[in-house]
Amino acid sequence: MSTYFHSVTLQPNLCCGCTNCLKRCPTEAIRVHEGKAHILRQRCIDCGECIRNCPHHAKKALSSTMEEIENYKIKVALPAPALFGQFNNLDNIDIVLSGLISIGFDYVFEVSRAAELVSDATRKLISQGKLNLPVISSACPAVVRLIKIRFPELCDNVMPLLAPMEVAARIARKEVKDKTGASDEDIGVFFITPCAAKYTEILSPSVGSKSACNGAIAISHIYPELTSAMEHLKVIEPLSNSGLIGVGWSISGGESAAMLGEKYLAADGIENVIRVLEELEDDHIHDVDFIELNACSGGCVGGVLNVENPYVAQARIQNLRKYLPISLNHLDEKDLPNMLLDGELKFDSSIFSLDTDINKAIEKMTKMEEILKGLPGLDCGSCGAPSCRAMAEDIVQNHAKETDCIFKLKAKIQKVYDQLKDTI
Amino acid sequence: MSAIHLHFDVPGDDFTRAGEASGSTKKRLKALGYDSDAIRRVAIAMYEAEINMVIHANGGYCDVDVYPDRVEILLADDGPGIEDIDKAMQEGYSTAPDNVRSLGFGAGMGLPNIKKYSDEMRIDTKLGIGTKLYLTIKVH
Repeated sequence: MSTYFHSVTLQPNLCCGCTNCLKRCPTEAIRVHEGKAHILRQRCIDCGECIRNCPHHAKKALSSTMEEIENYKIKVALPAPALFGQFNNLDNIDIVLSGLISIGFDYVFEVSRAAELVSDATRKLISQGKLNLPVISSACPAVVRLIKIRFPELCDNVMPLLAPMEVAARIARKEVKDKTGASDEDIGVFFITPCAAKYTEILSPSVGSKSACNGAIAISHIYPELTSAMEHLKVIEPLSNSGLIGVGWSISGGESAAMLGEKYLAADGIENVIRVLEELEDDHIHDVDFIELNACSGGCVGGVLNVENPYVAQARIQNLRKYLPISLNHLDEKDLPNMLLDGELKFDSSIFSLDTDINKAIEKMTKMEEILKGLPGLDCGSCGAPSCRAMAEDIVQNHAKETDCIFKLKAKIQKVYDQLKDTI
Repeated sequence: MSAIHLHFDVPGDDFTRAGEASGSTKKRLKALGYDSDAIRRVAIAMYEAEINMVIHANGGYCDVDVYPDRVEILLADDGPGIEDIDKAMQEGYSTAPDNVRSLGFGAGMGLPNIKKYSDEMRIDTKLGIGTKLYLTIKVH
């Protein structure tokens, strides 16, 4: 799979070339050329902001379909806890899990179970003094990607643990193998996802090379079939095995609460996340051991592949948690090594720097500042770049020309007109 | 040798804007693909110095020169000057007023931190005239 696989993609036929996505992309990964948006693949972190903001629905998230599960003999569903916030008056998670079985899955394993193990592992690692504090949660793949391309000094602060989805996939795979004797190729493990970034993470992990998941099915894709199945259940099987800690991971602050301590910080919404990372990088955040960051407002319930309003879903999750024990999954210390990341998170310095040669980079920046002085400074986006500064950078990198700026073009036309006028 | 020159005015009495110069410098250093440890030290030292200017000297200005192997920073103000540099260099010593301390500043870590994160530091200060702080941060 290519290094820059992305779930977030453009449907050119729906794109009208407006500046809505351009202006909201937190990594300036979009340019509009010839009336269509283009995603700079190496810069995109699959946060889903453009999907959320496009009024023409021209951005979409690629994900697996229900047909894909038919490629496997044994079909395993890993529901994200955000799924449980999508249904009105739900007071029993078993209804959702039984619904998943009745639409075609053979086995379900709640990701909230793995979340409880990850919380347990995090507490252990912190108390053993094995982490660089403050440690940043590795659960949100968009945040991890953002750190990987923009925050070199913070890569070592990212929690060296796999995200709950991956832990769940590995445990579920093993359980199914042990129970049925099936081979890996016969088992299809599908995450039921609230967000685009998770699908990207499965096909192209930011650390390591292979996910134990085979795909991710959008909550919004499965929703109609699932709700209908839930209404027609004959038996509700007792399948759920997670407590309020695991289910709480779906809302911002939930993962922090699972730390059972006070020295934590939880931020959600990509712009807020960036602000926290900037402050952290500048050593302005003290007295905090654990940092939970969610790219989506409200946490995972805010992901673009959900059906319900994030805050309604959050209220439902809180209500649902009332009926749950604290935690049902506890870490056996000998399993901890299996939960560690498959490698180090390495900074990719090539994405945002002007040149790999510092002298050339300085030359380019000098030129860029010069060009910037001549641009109108309106950050209007008409040239196709998100700001005048980004435009100046594109010119220096030969991706754009000065007359792409309509004000520059107007001035040039005026000049030509004035010259012609004098000659007539 | 090629260099980038940056100039910033640091407004006095506005904590919400303190950090603009260091933030802006950090952004540019990142775009240059500069050594990340050096970027971090520049950002921290400059921020502390900016805060100092806001707290003690009603603002001032800041000049930054970026070379491939080092960053040179001048932070200048026409504030009251530093009466006792040795004392000011001690951790925990501060002359910051209470209203500033209540915001979490004035812990007496400003100059000691700046020194810690810079490779070279020189202070020119004259009572009643102002202070000039020269910093050099090298790529290690």
